[in-house]
Amino acid sequence: MSIPANLQYTSEHEWIRVEGNVAVVGITQYAADALGDIVYVDLPKAGTTIAAGAIVGEAESTKSVGELFAPVSGDIVEANQAVIDSPELVNSDPYGAGWLFSVNFSSIGAVMSADDYEAMIAE
Amino acid sequence: MTLTTSPLDAIHRERGASFTDFAGWDMPVRYTSDLAEHHAVRSSAGIFDLSHMAEIYLTGPGAAAALDYALAGTLSSIPLGRAKYSLILSEAGTVVDDVIVYRLGDDKFLVVANAGNRFPAAAAIRDRAQGFECTVEDRSEEVALIAVQGPSALAILEATTGFAAEGIAELGYYRCLPREFNGDPVLVGRTGYTGEDGFELYIDNAHAADLWRALEAAGAEFDLLACGLACRDTLRLEAGMPLYGHELTLDLKPVQVGMEKVVDMSKDNFVGRDGVMAGVPANAPRLVGLQSEGKRAGRADYPVHANGRTIGVVTSGALSPTLGFPIAFALIDPDFAEIGTELAVDVRGTEIPAVVVSLPFYSRKARS
Repeated sequence: MSIPANLQYTSEHEWIRVEGNVAVVGITQYAADALGDIVYVDLPKAGTTIAAGAIVGEAESTKSVGELFAPVSGDIVEANQAVIDSPELVNSDPYGAGWLFSVNFSSIGAVMSADDYEAMIAE
Repeated sequence: MTLTTSPLDAIHRERGASFTDFAGWDMPVRYTSDLAEHHAVRSSAGIFDLSHMAEIYLTGPGAAAALDYALAGTLSSIPLGRAKYSLILSEAGTVVDDVIVYRLGDDKFLVVANAGNRFPAAAAIRDRAQGFECTVEDRSEEVALIAVQGPSALAILEATTGFAAEGIAELGYYRCLPREFNGDPVLVGRTGYTGEDGFELYIDNAHAADLWRALEAAGAEFDLLACGLACRDTLRLEAGMPLYGHELTLDLKPVQVGMEKVVDMSKDNFVGRDGVMAGVPANAPRLVGLQSEGKRAGRADYPVHANGRTIGVVTSGALSPTLGFPIAFALIDPDFAEIGTELAVDVRGTEIPAVVVSLPFYSRKARS
């Protein structure tokens, strides 16, 4: 199970990577594996204002639906069009090409380190 | 609650499967990818552990008559080596379970029931068999079931070391044949729940792991893939096959789900006959197939709309891996059940257009 040490994690199985004022957001490999093959994603559009903790999108697999929670508050910079076109990228490369959206953030919600996230999913 | 484990549990863990609680059994939901497993069954073959299914045996000179009384169909007239789909009905004529019955001998039948209905099915058969000269034995925990499904299934069985495959090439659909694996008995049924050609192999738990490994070894050159219950659900949905608890319930009569032909009303006496005779109200929901465009699938319990009004509910739905568009079963107001009727599925607040289509969604015969 890949849990990159350079990312921060939420209890809703999202990861964020902070680059200056922008946070790049995705879901963890654990979440992608639990959902199964992802066949559809619904992502917030560029310019949308989101609040940390709110439901901002969905990831659907053949078997189930997962809600996407905003890990930060701010304005959407970009939704990953590659993932909208090829949702399977979330399964094959959840921390790379399978990123979901980026946010020009004003504040970050509750996040944890890779070690803490690993401990959480081990429970 | 402690989950029951399959006799193949160690193999699944070796393969790194993800597990799910299915009717109290800890069963593989997927090994790698639902889609890859689904496509393997359509294009080559998949191997499934279905050991959670319930195996109920009836033995004795009254077994055939007992089943004619216990089930909706006529089982006494099927020849040796034949399988038949049937229903266990309640007194009210609603569905207790759907089953496959195999005739193993003049006086011996195997009834395969859903894992989730094992106890009600076994109890119903046992109760209804009283007064008939036969014994009813629930061997669900001693009998393993391995399914090999897909166009390469036959070739894989024929190539399996230790498997006596004589006669299975000629075995027709819904036929069964007792065979051997390393000298131990295996019941081979040409049956399945995927919409592809394939076989279901019933074997005592003690020999199941050896059989699985031998099948996998033979299947390697045919791209045989171990398959979990997730893809089994999308495969059966594409094939238009109902799943108990979704399309079949204790609230539904056979006519509502297109199964009136499974009920043999020419039989004088069977449990549920009066209930079936009583019929259903004109507005009782009917089961239909729905098809949509795009990628967003309706799922169980999502409302079905006509002109903005709720007229039914989705019972199962998925983005069809084979067809590429969303498909669903729905129970709807019969006024809207005609093929071609344009409806909508409420997918978490968004109306997704859907049209009533004929079943099945996918048929291997129709493939180019």
